[in-house]
Amino acid sequence: MSGWPILSVVTFLPLVGALFVALIRGDDEIARRNARFVALWATLITFFLSLLIWIYFDPGTEEFQFVEEMPWLGGVIAYRMGVDGISMLFVILTTFLMPFCILASWVAVEKRVKEYIIAFLVLETLMIGVFCALDLVLFYLFFEGGLIPMFLIIGVWGGQRRVYASYKFFLYTLLGSVLMLIAMMAMYYEAGTTNIVELLEHDFPASMQPWLWVAFFASFAVKMPMWPVHTWLPDAHVEAPTAGSVILAGILLKMGGYGFLRFSLPMFPLASDMFAPLVFTLSVVAIIYTSLVALMQEDIKKLIAYSSVAHMGFVTMGIFTGTMQGIHGGLFQMLSHGIVSGALFLCVGVVYDRMHTREIAAYGGLVNRMPLYAAAFMVFTMANVGLPGTSGFVGEFLTLLAAFETNTWIAFFATSGVILSAGYALWLYRRVIFGVLDKDSLKSILDIDRREIAILAPLVLLTILFGVYPAPILDVTAVSVEHLSKSYSDALAAAQAVMQTAGLGAQ
Amino acid sequence: MDLMTFTSDTLVAFSPEILLAVGAMVLLMIGAFRDDGALGVVTGGAIALIVTTLALVHVVPSDGLRLFGNSIILDGFAKFLKTLTLIGSAAAVIMSIDWMRSARMDRFEYPVLIVLATLGMMIMISAGDLIALYMGIELQSLALYVVASIQRDSTRSTEAGLKYFALGALSSGMLLYGCSLIYGFSGTIELAKIATLAGHGEASVGLVFGLVFLIAGLAFKVSAVPFHMWTPDVYEGAPTPVTAFFASAPKIAGMAVFVRAMISGFPTMTPEWQQVIVFVSIASMVLGAFAAIGQRNIKRLMAYSSIGHMGYALVGLASGSESGVKGVIIYLTLYLAMTLGTFACILAMRRNDAAVEEIDDLAGLSRNSPLMAFVLAMLLFSLAGIPPLAGFFAKFYVFLAAVEAGLYPLAVIGVVASVVGAYYYLRIVKIIYFDEPAPAFDKMSGELATVLAVSGVVVILFFVYPGPLVSAATAAAKALF
Repeated sequence: MSGWPILSVVTFLPLVGALFVALIRGDDEIARRNARFVALWATLITFFLSLLIWIYFDPGTEEFQFVEEMPWLGGVIAYRMGVDGISMLFVILTTFLMPFCILASWVAVEKRVKEYIIAFLVLETLMIGVFCALDLVLFYLFFEGGLIPMFLIIGVWGGQRRVYASYKFFLYTLLGSVLMLIAMMAMYYEAGTTNIVELLEHDFPASMQPWLWVAFFASFAVKMPMWPVHTWLPDAHVEAPTAGSVILAGILLKMGGYGFLRFSLPMFPLASDMFAPLVFTLSVVAIIYTSLVALMQEDIKKLIAYSSVAHMGFVTMGIFTGTMQGIHGGLFQMLSHGIVSGALFLCVGVVYDRMHTREIAAYGGLVNRMPLYAAAFMVFTMANVGLPGTSGFVGEFLTLLAAFETNTWIAFFATSGVILSAGYALWLYRRVIFGVLDKDSLKSILDIDRREIAILAPLVLLTILFGVYPAPILDVTAVSVEHLSKSYSDALAAAQAVMQTAGLGAQ
Repeated sequence: MDLMTFTSDTLVAFSPEILLAVGAMVLLMIGAFRDDGALGVVTGGAIALIVTTLALVHVVPSDGLRLFGNSIILDGFAKFLKTLTLIGSAAAVIMSIDWMRSARMDRFEYPVLIVLATLGMMIMISAGDLIALYMGIELQSLALYVVASIQRDSTRSTEAGLKYFALGALSSGMLLYGCSLIYGFSGTIELAKIATLAGHGEASVGLVFGLVFLIAGLAFKVSAVPFHMWTPDVYEGAPTPVTAFFASAPKIAGMAVFVRAMISGFPTMTPEWQQVIVFVSIASMVLGAFAAIGQRNIKRLMAYSSIGHMGYALVGLASGSESGVKGVIIYLTLYLAMTLGTFACILAMRRNDAAVEEIDDLAGLSRNSPLMAFVLAMLLFSLAGIPPLAGFFAKFYVFLAAVEAGLYPLAVIGVVASVVGAYYYLRIVKIIYFDEPAPAFDKMSGELATVLAVSGVVVILFFVYPGPLVSAATAAAKALF
């Protein structure tokens, strides 16, 4: 599979689609329909092409695969692409969710359809690029570039307070990222390369690691988002159009976790170990506090947004245990959450398109008129809770297991978060779906149509499939995760040995 | 040393400047003695003159040749920055065509003055001693004072010119005072010789004083804080094509002479001037970011924006290294593209044949003219330094140099200021894209559309093929070391 640059093709195919959409003339109904179909085809072809990556991916090695390299900025900064077991599935997740986003906006977006679709396709290119980039500068380019289309998506097609939300989203994430940029420059200066593969091998001085770690943390913690820098997320989620929320929850949040796995943990192991207690504390606070906050929400989207923060708490907790189970669990949790939270936002979108409100109080008794919808919503709610048999369970279980090995108290508090999540998710379900259908506005509500079934059915299937049979995901990631975990503990052991000899020498 | 060797080689090497000087005189004569249609002929002539000079700059030698007793240096650095300056000047003349036509401002002096200012800038960029440096700056400045008040029936324009003149004269005085101190304490006006003299042991206090005055004078010319006071008023008061010119070519020439004076003249006194530049740079970035937030007039906002951008360019100079100079060169190149494009949009802000300047006038531009809105939004994101647009790479290289030089506080304050700066650029994007449309603008003229298209392509697609600029800038920076 070294004949053609599959990663670049997958990355830039949506951009080609965007160009086609831009060339469509006029703004009548036909032009809009054409634009939607071009986008659907572009995202579908991208998805099927990206499946080739999975098929030809060799799960037996931790090396980067499908590597491409071209001169770019001159000097050592080059255009480098490649995936390993950690990044490959994120690429698939991205390409998988995009067609749903396009479908979900089929009727919901009425104004400026062409621009909307172009923004989404450009965003897809940038998101795939983040997971494929093997050069620091290239990574940063994709990582930050995504802000522009997302800013426009929230700001132009968002809800009431869209302007405030878009500003907050943009400036919050930008502030975190620029510090990472400085750290990247320092790494370039220290190691003399921006090649991520070489940087992974490079031993950064112990005195430098904490600074670099903090700078990267500033960026990824905001993106993740971790408590207390999560406040942009509920605003952005609530105001974004449905598809925007799906992308935010499904993929943009994963960039933070991916960053931890790609940079913080392997490149700065000593600092990661040093700051692990801080991360655990923040994670546990996030799990409990944001779950409690979620309980009190009046707005469905806001509730799911807070639950996302809580779920990301499990991810950071798992990753920074540094153990195989923890990292594996974090990775799985991210992929599962990508599907489940995306699906939940799509579910909210379904009723929002009909009623144009996200107030929980405006609903009730939907099961009477919308049985199919109620069933789908239930699967995702259960997955969100982490019920065994759904994909949500595997990740949470593995991370809790790893946390338990590291520190019992962390596991104790985090587990209480699982109970709280059951509380808010089930309560939400009860208030929206069950009860008596006594609101006049709901009397004539229709169940999901064919388009919506096409959106939700695959997601239901995957949620259950990966819950019952997580092996396809765990297998392809295993070698890379094991390598990461092993090099992490090796680095710590080596540092420990150095400390001891230094101590002996002092005596 | 044979000081005054006016051989034919010298004249050939100096031919771009000679051509500009003679050409300006000829254009002046044409303007003065032709009764009607003078403006068109002179404008066309000025553009042709600048373009010819641009070609000539690339023909004459640029391998570190020194002319007129080392007064003029022709090296790769000079060639690169002269190219940028000439492009800026040509674009300024081109962008004024439509304005002159619709504002009924029949002043053939405008192109002539631009040519003279350009001549001054060429000498500034090549200056190898303090006299040439001062002469270049004065030739440029005197032309600019007049250009600022070219719309002499408008009180705002004359006020801008007068203010610029008064403050400019002050700064020229400081510059000259600095030069004379440096001459007094080193006994030479040649930058290369000052460098060797200053290298012997501790720098004398007199020399340091002279250096500080020199920096103050140069900082005024590039409108760096705390010598920026004139910028917002002059930008707002001057006719818009003049503002576009002020924001592009003179800034580049000013930075070029700044870099050459510091790097070539005082390489051994780096610690002395570095701390001053670091302060000036931080102050410019921070003030540019915060002061722009409250602006309602887009020209005034661009004034603060350019103050901030000069601060970023100075980050490269502050690191005092070859990669720092490379960063400055890349910054100036991309700044030129962004500025020209943005001003092409500002010049296109016309309703019913009258110019409008409020930011709110851009409301809903994305509905009325989607293409212009898109390019302008990309230019603004680029000015804010968001990847993958060109402005990101500009900032990347200067901050990279700062990190290499160990100037971490400068780099961190710089990037944080860029986030604050992003806020006001976002505000314009918000007005363009999120707000309800205001009445549409008049159709954009062909010249403006061309300038906008070229700069838009450079800014948006720079990331596709950045190699040539980076390697050219690397080569140009090498010439100074």
